[in-house]
Amino acid sequence: MLTALTLCLGLLVLLAAAAVALGRSPRAGAIVHGGCLVASLGFAAVALAALLGAPAEPLTLPFGPPWAAARIGLDGLSAWFLLLLGLTGGAASLFALGHPPGPARTLPPFPLFLAGMALTLAATDAFLLLFGFELMSLASWALVAADHEKAENRAAARLYLGFAVLAAACLIPAFGLLAGHAGALDFAAMRAAPPEGWQAAAVLALGLAGAGAKAGLVPLHVWLPLAHPAAPSHVSALMSGAMTKVALYVLARLLLDLCGAAQPSWWGVPLLVVGAVSAVLGALRANLEDDAKTLLACSTIENVGLIVLGLGLALAFRGADLGPLATLAAGAALLHALNHGVFKTGLFLVAGAVLHSAGSRRLDRLGGLIHAMPVTAGAALVGACAAASLPPLSGFAGEWLLLQSVLAGWRVSDIAFQVLAAAAAALAAMAAALAAAAMLRMFGLVFLGRPRTPRGAGAHEVSAIERAALLLPAGLTVLFGLFPGLLLSLAAPALTVLTGRPAELPPGLWLTAGEGASGYAPLAVFLLLAAVLVAVFFLVRRRSPAATQRGPVWNCGFIDPPSHLLPFGDPLTQPTAGGIAQPLRRMLGESLLAAHEAVDMPRPGETRAATHRAGFRDPAFALLLAPAAALRERLSIQAERLRDFTIRRCLSLSFATLVGLLALLAWIEAR
Amino acid sequence: MTFGQLPYDVAHLLGGGMLLISFVLLYQRRVGAVINALALQGVLLACAAAWQGHVQSAPQLYLTALIALGAKAVLIPLALRTLLRRLDLHRTVETALGVGPSLVAGVALVALAILVVLPITAGNRAIAREDLALALSVVLLGMLMMITRRNAILQVVGLMTLENGLILAAVGVAGMPLVVELSTAALVMVLLVVGGVFVFQIRERFDTVDIGFLERHRGESG
Amino acid sequence: MQTFGAVLTQVLHIALMLAAAPAVVGVVRWLKARMLGRRGASPLQPFRDLDKLLRKQPVLAENASVVSEAAPYAAFAASLVAIALVPSFARGMAFAPLADLILLAGLLALARMALALAGMDVGTAFGGLGAAREMSFAAFAEPALLLSVLTLAILAGTTNLDLIGATFREGALGLRVSLGLAAMAMLAVAIAENARIPVDNPATHLELTMVHEAMLLESSGRHLALWEYGAALRLTLWLSLLAAVFLPFGTAPAGSGPLAWVPGLLAWGLKMGALCLALAGFESAIAKMRVFRVPEFLGAALLLALLAAALLFVSTGLA
Repeated sequence: MLTALTLCLGLLVLLAAAAVALGRSPRAGAIVHGGCLVASLGFAAVALAALLGAPAEPLTLPFGPPWAAARIGLDGLSAWFLLLLGLTGGAASLFALGHPPGPARTLPPFPLFLAGMALTLAATDAFLLLFGFELMSLASWALVAADHEKAENRAAARLYLGFAVLAAACLIPAFGLLAGHAGALDFAAMRAAPPEGWQAAAVLALGLAGAGAKAGLVPLHVWLPLAHPAAPSHVSALMSGAMTKVALYVLARLLLDLCGAAQPSWWGVPLLVVGAVSAVLGALRANLEDDAKTLLACSTIENVGLIVLGLGLALAFRGADLGPLATLAAGAALLHALNHGVFKTGLFLVAGAVLHSAGSRRLDRLGGLIHAMPVTAGAALVGACAAASLPPLSGFAGEWLLLQSVLAGWRVSDIAFQVLAAAAAALAAMAAALAAAAMLRMFGLVFLGRPRTPRGAGAHEVSAIERAALLLPAGLTVLFGLFPGLLLSLAAPALTVLTGRPAELPPGLWLTAGEGASGYAPLAVFLLLAAVLVAVFFLVRRRSPAATQRGPVWNCGFIDPPSHLLPFGDPLTQPTAGGIAQPLRRMLGESLLAAHEAVDMPRPGETRAATHRAGFRDPAFALLLAPAAALRERLSIQAERLRDFTIRRCLSLSFATLVGLLALLAWIEAR
Repeated sequence: MTFGQLPYDVAHLLGGGMLLISFVLLYQRRVGAVINALALQGVLLACAAAWQGHVQSAPQLYLTALIALGAKAVLIPLALRTLLRRLDLHRTVETALGVGPSLVAGVALVALAILVVLPITAGNRAIAREDLALALSVVLLGMLMMITRRNAILQVVGLMTLENGLILAAVGVAGMPLVVELSTAALVMVLLVVGGVFVFQIRERFDTVDIGFLERHRGESG
Repeated sequence: MQTFGAVLTQVLHIALMLAAAPAVVGVVRWLKARMLGRRGASPLQPFRDLDKLLRKQPVLAENASVVSEAAPYAAFAASLVAIALVPSFARGMAFAPLADLILLAGLLALARMALALAGMDVGTAFGGLGAAREMSFAAFAEPALLLSVLTLAILAGTTNLDLIGATFREGALGLRVSLGLAAMAMLAVAIAENARIPVDNPATHLELTMVHEAMLLESSGRHLALWEYGAALRLTLWLSLLAAVFLPFGTAPAGSGPLAWVPGLLAWGLKMGALCLALAGFESAIAKMRVFRVPEFLGAALLLALLAAALLFVSTGLA
């Protein structure tokens, strides 16, 4: 089994090499993406086998770092995330296969990106994990920078690289602390020697910052809405669907597994707070963005926040000896991670299809695409409804479990935590409602209404392969939504890793919580809805058999423009992205995101048009990036001063460094 | 005495009702509605006092209830209404802190009250503990109202809420001496304040001289 | 017998809800008219309106998509499934294990989404405006609802509606301040979700204030009938829900036979009548508020629900 995994990894590396060799050959895209599809399906199959069967013995690779051979292995947790990677990678590769080829420079990094994520998941020691993590970061950076002619993409790639360095700078010391305490780099040794005292607190802080920077947790999220849209669409899908989850895997591995099950209950609190805040801010930003892919990236921040909220609750419950509740919360996090990975991949692929077919990602330049692209619209509707957490789709199943575990937060008998959990419950519910608003805004502006530009009016449906790639995540979203109980029992090995106790899951298709007193049976709900729908349809049509009549649209009194200019009517009479965002911008945006709007009215007699300007500024920019820029400025000024040094001072500087290092060595030896 | 027993439940409910009305006072934007809510709070206070009189078999508490009903539910609201009408004051609430933030601050104050009262009164009976927490919350919300509202009438309302909270605390404690005297004294104080505001408003309206007005008319004589 | 009774009461319950929903709307309208000194239309008028609309052929805009055709059915189905879960005259009905409060919120969100999608389908200004406002209000109503559910879940140990009703009926909880606060919060949410005064005015087409009606401007004929029927179902649902949670008295066990159902039915009728009267009185006494004050209204509900939960934490800490 692990041999198959190794073969898939080798195939990906070979593909990257082949992509360089093939260069601009017209077949290169088909070969690389076809190979990636095969490898992704291989990952999914291996992960399924590992989840269903017994975990395999770790496999020692014939190469590795000098101190120890590299060993890969799969336990429940890594297999669960590998399954997610396989599914999303498969859909993204399939989409790329049917998509007209992009620039040749995007080909080599793509298999490496997949390989890096798989290696991170399969690693059984800190070195290999960090190696895979950095491979993933660098390959995705190359993909973000692929379209580097545009200035904003260059800026996004720079910012992305900065945050990748930050993540590494936090994760390496975090693993270093664990390894130093355990005396070895492999996970088994680390698990045997859990950190205590300040070391444990440092691992918590560094791990949260490092993995959070990669996953897009507030306040380290500023790169995400810029970088995810800059990459080609199938890569954005993978970045949002899989890469953020790999970062969460590292977070869960580090904090819930490697630090041992004996950590105190307050460990969950930072995760709870950061998760809840990310959920609300991400969902709110999604309501204010004008670009479809940026909107989806912001919704990713929201969902990552919800997953981290679940992980934090699991930590808190575990610390308070509430084992079944810890299983519930961890199950919610895992289920939501998988579900979000799948439907968000689908939504990003939809955005890619729309970008290719209608020529824009901006909500204000699209519209009415449901007529030209019915299949894409259907896939988008499934994804959007799942993201809006509507029953019986998959988003609701994860949300239900998550809300149930937040509602059980009061069982931790500490009143401060109880109040915090209640606030987190309110924020999670608010995030879900905000996500529904954002998804409605996206779907409504892109697919409903009338076209807003002539280019958008000339859109056409995408190719058959692309349609298949869109329908795959949509179908999985429906399927996962209907059988969450089966999925959760599939996740049982992963839950055992996370909670440190055998997961007792009630068998069956239901999701249950609260000692079985509350239940959610999506299949029954779906059947009921379908039965009522069919019955109502036939009863109503028997009473009123006449077909629907069509008439011209009432344009609120506006006169249609000449039809040879704008055959679809005046776009100004339709709601705009800014208009749909207005209620939430005024209700929440002004206080949380420093949103502002201004109307510039010409004076009577002036002939220029009135303008309405609206925007917002993410406070994280001011809080985080501005000080960072100031710091960089100061550091560079200091560095500049070095250049004016005389040779004597330069030499004394290096001499002092040498003496300092020797003194440090002596001090360490003495201990 | 714990949950599920009628004496405790009713007392708790009345206290909670007073707290709820304190929030209504913070939420309302029209002075008339604020005065109505204040009258309702007076009625609830009277009920709470009467109920405690019944439970503790302390007839003097009935007197407190009567005073509360007469003065706080009827007389002072009527006086405030008269003031409002006679002086033609602003009917809208002018806030120093917005309605939303003051509600959030109110919830935080209630949490503070709970956190303060519960450890201090550990070992007491539940009825005293929770009612004390509720009463302290009402007091704090009254103070919050006094500092976040600009209108003089609303500051009087805040003061009265504060005093309502004090009396609620006093009647809730069994065997507290001088409850009647306390409530009477507090009432006299409130009446004095109301009278003071009356006089102040009238003076401001009829007797004060706007110096800026004079400045403009100084003209060439100066 | 038990199973048979459960299924039979479930079927009867759905039939009752379908029959009662237009009547509830009619009664509230009639009561409001009487309170305002008008004679008012008969409480049965909504039945006649629905019947008239159902027979009419709908007219859609030229560029309306399949969304406009399907959304009314989807929203109606979601509302009907939701109301089938809320107990009325009997408890322990066949769907009782499904009757989860979070699922109920999800089904209502589904109906709301269908309505908003239909509002945006044609791309007219009013539809988009109404949809945006409706979804924005939900962002405040849902947390308030969830925190009220939290209070109930702490007291009853579950989010299942039937079990919550059973716990409260036994009366072991006594009168609680927390329950009162949660009831206030839930009432505010109910008012917002049903587009009643002061959040929205169901009887106006004034563009500055309308939310719900703005999305329905484009629909006609049987589609409009389904929308109106669905709205009536949701109003009945919320009133029934409030009755089932906070006034759970007098319901009959499902297996007890028709003779025991009659008092249950009477009790339900009484509760609904009282709630209709309260709603009509409240709507007559209060004015519509500005759109951007609605978050304040719902935010106050949210804070009350939070307060209810916090007080409950204190008392569970005491016990």
